[in-house]
Amino acid sequence: MSGFGGFVLRRGVGTVITLLAISVIVYVVFFVTPGNVAQITCGPRCSPEQVHQVAQQLRLDDPLYLRYWHFLQGILVGQDYSTGTSVEHCSAPCLGLSYQGDQQVTQLILAKLPVSLSLVFGAMVLWLILGVGTGVLSAWRRGRFTERLLTGITLAGVATPVFVIGLVLMIVVCGQLQLLPFPQYVSLTDDPEQWAWNLLLPWLSLALIEAATFARLTRASMLETLAEDHIRTFRAYGVGERSIIGRHALRGAFAPIIALNANNVGSAVGGAVLTETLFGLPGIGQELVHAVNVVDLPVVVGMVLVIGFFVVIANAVADVLYAVADRRVVLA
Amino acid sequence: MSEALVASQAAGTDVSVPAASGARQFWRRLRAQRAALVAAAVVALLVLVALAAPLLTAIEGQDPFTYHPSLIDSARGGVPTGSFGGITGDHWLGVEPQTGRDLFARLVYGARVSLGVALGATVVQVLIGVVVGVAAALGSRWVDQLLSRLTEIIVAMPLMIMSLALLAIVPSSFPRPLLVALVIGLIAWGNTAKIVRAQTLTLKQLDYVSAARLSGWGTWRIARRELLPGLAAPVITYAALLVPMNITVEAALSFLGVGVKPPTPSWGQMLTAADVWYQAAPQYLLLPAGALFVTVLSLTVLGDGIRTALDPRAASRLRIGTGRKGEAKADASTKGASGKDAGTKGDVRTEGATTKSTNSKEATS
Repeated sequence: MSGFGGFVLRRGVGTVITLLAISVIVYVVFFVTPGNVAQITCGPRCSPEQVHQVAQQLRLDDPLYLRYWHFLQGILVGQDYSTGTSVEHCSAPCLGLSYQGDQQVTQLILAKLPVSLSLVFGAMVLWLILGVGTGVLSAWRRGRFTERLLTGITLAGVATPVFVIGLVLMIVVCGQLQLLPFPQYVSLTDDPEQWAWNLLLPWLSLALIEAATFARLTRASMLETLAEDHIRTFRAYGVGERSIIGRHALRGAFAPIIALNANNVGSAVGGAVLTETLFGLPGIGQELVHAVNVVDLPVVVGMVLVIGFFVVIANAVADVLYAVADRRVVLA
Repeated sequence: MSEALVASQAAGTDVSVPAASGARQFWRRLRAQRAALVAAAVVALLVLVALAAPLLTAIEGQDPFTYHPSLIDSARGGVPTGSFGGITGDHWLGVEPQTGRDLFARLVYGARVSLGVALGATVVQVLIGVVVGVAAALGSRWVDQLLSRLTEIIVAMPLMIMSLALLAIVPSSFPRPLLVALVIGLIAWGNTAKIVRAQTLTLKQLDYVSAARLSGWGTWRIARRELLPGLAAPVITYAALLVPMNITVEAALSFLGVGVKPPTPSWGQMLTAADVWYQAAPQYLLLPAGALFVTVLSLTVLGDGIRTALDPRAASRLRIGTGRKGEAKADASTKGASGKDAGTKGDVRTEGATTKSTNSKEATS
């Protein structure tokens, strides 16, 4: 198979395999923990009956491959769970039941997803604009004071953990200056204006850090392109500096920016966990931290899988975009 | 790897001579960068503080674990008594709100945790990365496929999320700092393995490795004697960038309350409650935040400096490490050409992406 379609198809198959492998690894790692899994998942205050019920729910008596198979079945076609007295149907994609009030993990995640998506996508727009803009500016003003200043700022940005900048922003803006109230999530569909205002600080905290990485990358790849022969030819033909920077050099930075943006989806999700916890936003990240603290394994596994799913899809999409930006990838 | 080195190794002469001159050249190039030197000094100071933590706290006459209920005002919700968050001759940086534990002692002991966990995690990452990368590059097609797939999967797992989840299921009796280092190391070795594999594929095609193979050397001996020296530069470069990244991850996990747990002090953990106390004791926020910032910044600058010093192309661009410019250029062109030869399907992208992303902070922020 060759050509662009073949490349996309191969990449798609690879993505499915990766997702399956991740689900196996995550499932095995979390449900083959040492000790009494039922007791751990149920918590120390569970009665023996409850422990027994959990063991039944997890099908702990079945061999592992069978348990994984049921789990996979649940994701693909749904599953029925007996909750003591009644039978509850959990439709596909079913990720199991939470031990906190028997809630369906899928419903729990779906309820929290809009918050996290609002946070990450809003921040992504910000960090791409800020990062690429800063990178272009410092490549354009190379050797000048502006470049040095921007290089210093971006270096500081790279060195600051996201929760530190978030903490400082929150204390200064909300606490000391009282310019904004402490963020409280408002749904986009309820009130778009309040939604944006309340997410402004979380967006900034997440975006400033990521923007620094993008600024460094954009600057480096633009400087690399600027040193190439075809740019010298453009200059010799009398093409203006603005056009060289804005059109030709920037084009050279596109492919690496796309690749980094995909790589950074994973890191941004990690940053989102911190941002959500810090600002008290009720997203997936905050729920995951909560689930981890109460050892609610089905929720943990479900969240890790869903987040892994997004990261893998982002990587696959980026690969295809990368191939569009740089056709040598397909030819190689 | 210079032409001279290639020639001398193919002829079977002692490897240590050119290696030593390589180290000398590295120092010269590192010394030529002022920012990297300052950063190296700061890092050295931090390591010293971490190592001498018991000594420093002994001089102060405090320890990081003792509660001082007399120094906090329980009527005002646990705020330290006295001005400036309880700074006195006995407590150089004041005391922690609510518990009254000595802040200076917790800060310097926190340096131990921060640097220790980051270094431990980096060692694990480098060990696994080198073994998997070299094995993938030298092994049969089947082994390569298997290991490369595994690496892809590991890279796709978000570090923060996975370590958060993994830390939840391990019993709390396991020593926590060691656990955090292990978890970070076991999850985030993917990029190291990718870089090592790409570099090994490049090296494998060089004449001196073929010469070694033709003279009947086994794979293991070739890997150890001929390939590992050539891998040192990219691995050291990447490891230097991993350390600050790992520091940030540890701090983030401890901030979330799943990393290093009290009473063991950690900078990230100190920041957990900082937003509640910043008005009464601003240093409770500023000290750990500042310590994290300075540490990560100096390690990042040092890492950049190390990369420049080890990259012949970057060094010649900076016009340092003079005298061997022609050689450096020749080296750069060989590297580029063989990189393309070695690249199968995804490799062109991998190489481009990895060299580019060494700029960046990668997995977490």
